[in-house]
Amino acid sequence: MSTFAPAPGRAPMRTVLSSQIKMELVLTARRGEAVVLAMGVPLLVLLGAGLTKVTNVPGDDRLAFVVPGVLALTVMSTAFTGQAITTGYERSYGVLKRLGASPLSRPGLLFAKTAAVLGLIVLQLLVLAVVGVAVGWRPHFGQILPALGITVLATAAYSGLALLLASVLRPETTTAAATLIYVLMLAAGGIMFAAPDLGTFGWFVLPLAAHAEALRATLSHDAPIPLSIWLSLALWAVVFVTAAARKFKWE
Amino acid sequence: MTDDAVQVRDVVVRYGDTTAVHGVSLTVPRGRVLSLLGHNGAGKTSLLQVCEGFRRADGGQVRVLGLDPMDDHDELMPRLGIMLQSGGVYPWATAGEILRLFASFAAQPLDVDMLLDRLGLRRFERTRFRRLSGGEQQRLSLAIALVGRPELVFLDEPTAGMDTEARHTTWELIEELRADGVSVLLTTHLLDEAERLADEVVIMRNGLVAATGTPAELTAAAGIDLLEVRAEPGLVPGDRLSPLKVTETSPGEYAVTGALDAATIAEVLGWFAGVGATVTSLNTRRRTLEDVYLALTKAEAYR
Repeated sequence: MSTFAPAPGRAPMRTVLSSQIKMELVLTARRGEAVVLAMGVPLLVLLGAGLTKVTNVPGDDRLAFVVPGVLALTVMSTAFTGQAITTGYERSYGVLKRLGASPLSRPGLLFAKTAAVLGLIVLQLLVLAVVGVAVGWRPHFGQILPALGITVLATAAYSGLALLLASVLRPETTTAAATLIYVLMLAAGGIMFAAPDLGTFGWFVLPLAAHAEALRATLSHDAPIPLSIWLSLALWAVVFVTAAARKFKWE
Repeated sequence: MTDDAVQVRDVVVRYGDTTAVHGVSLTVPRGRVLSLLGHNGAGKTSLLQVCEGFRRADGGQVRVLGLDPMDDHDELMPRLGIMLQSGGVYPWATAGEILRLFASFAAQPLDVDMLLDRLGLRRFERTRFRRLSGGEQQRLSLAIALVGRPELVFLDEPTAGMDTEARHTTWELIEELRADGVSVLLTTHLLDEAERLADEVVIMRNGLVAATGTPAELTAAAGIDLLEVRAEPGLVPGDRLSPLKVTETSPGEYAVTGALDAATIAEVLGWFAGVGATVTSLNTRRRTLEDVYLALTKAEAYR
């Protein structure tokens, strides 16, 4: 009997991708504390800034301002900070190299990572939205599709930037840079308090503020997303996904 | 196009100012086992990295299964089985999860349960990778390389860190791979491993090929290098048998060293007969791959 007689070949790409996505999700669930932490900050911001008057927010309805901002913050926290740190360490453990020596392929890995992150984000956003509604946020659903669309764009942009950082920096540096960018974006505003008024230009340099504004327009005010925000996040997504795909290294 | 599994021509690998591989050529014919033998730092892993498509050669050509390992990466990977030197697995995934993940990437994978049993990993199926010992991690790594039923496998120090039993299991597996028609390129610094498994051995030293041949060719070239004779004590031939060197290692035990072929052995026995000695025992010792290897790499060993 010839047990090892060669019969090479790649499984259908759908199978390859779904098992890689499943592995990514299983491993994320196993680091439960990281997931809780990734939601801890947004939850604190939601309850702190949404229910007390510690910060000044534009308008009378604090929750209408704060809750969409918190949703946007969570997207950034998971798709960018969490993903950059995880990927940086996977590289240093040699996991990416090992996957590089498999039939998964580079686009396959990038797709699986982004898809897993998107799944996790959907779950986190649902939980936060439920908490928001429980404390008095009253969202509109007329513009839900544009809200989802802009969130997918934001996820792709953050994911691309995360994979890019993890490709060009050492894991410790990646962790530091990803955390710093997260804090800077949070401090720049648009979540707990108003973002600096830089006009249209602001949406292009502050993707977090832009995404928060888009969710505020659609979910809190039942209004369409400004074209400049669509352009800004589309640009971020195209630039960083392309850069990540170009620069991504297995080792 | 070539029908060989691996074809390496004048390959050069540099890291900055350091040249790790200085123009190496070798061929792995289909269904054969080639062993790259050398010290750490001899350039074995660098050469393997080029064959595996992790880096481009700084000179020379490499064809793996007739393809370019960098440019045809996605086409090539499903046909290869690669065992890296260390790590490379999610620390928080279990052995079973990892092996099943890689199995799911293949069109016709081996039976995962069979592999777990064959490699003695069944007990660790639910153990997370970071909790496995070095030898267990190596065995899992080997299982990952084989699970896709590859036609060519690259094994980088496959038995490093394994205990004797696991090492023998691994050797049997590699022999079975060869019998089933899988081509194998492996690196090792273990002489018995190379001697037992390889159809051809390439000895690398300082990034160059120091010697190449079948294990038998490499040892045969050196001929017989020791003749042991037992006779009465106290027989001293002086320099009558020069240039051979005769020493009485203990009373009645003589060790003869030098270039020993049939004619010189006859001369030695003729001398013992001439002095009326009663020769009660005669032994020859052929050089082993170890002697060849040590002779070739001596300069480095003394560093």
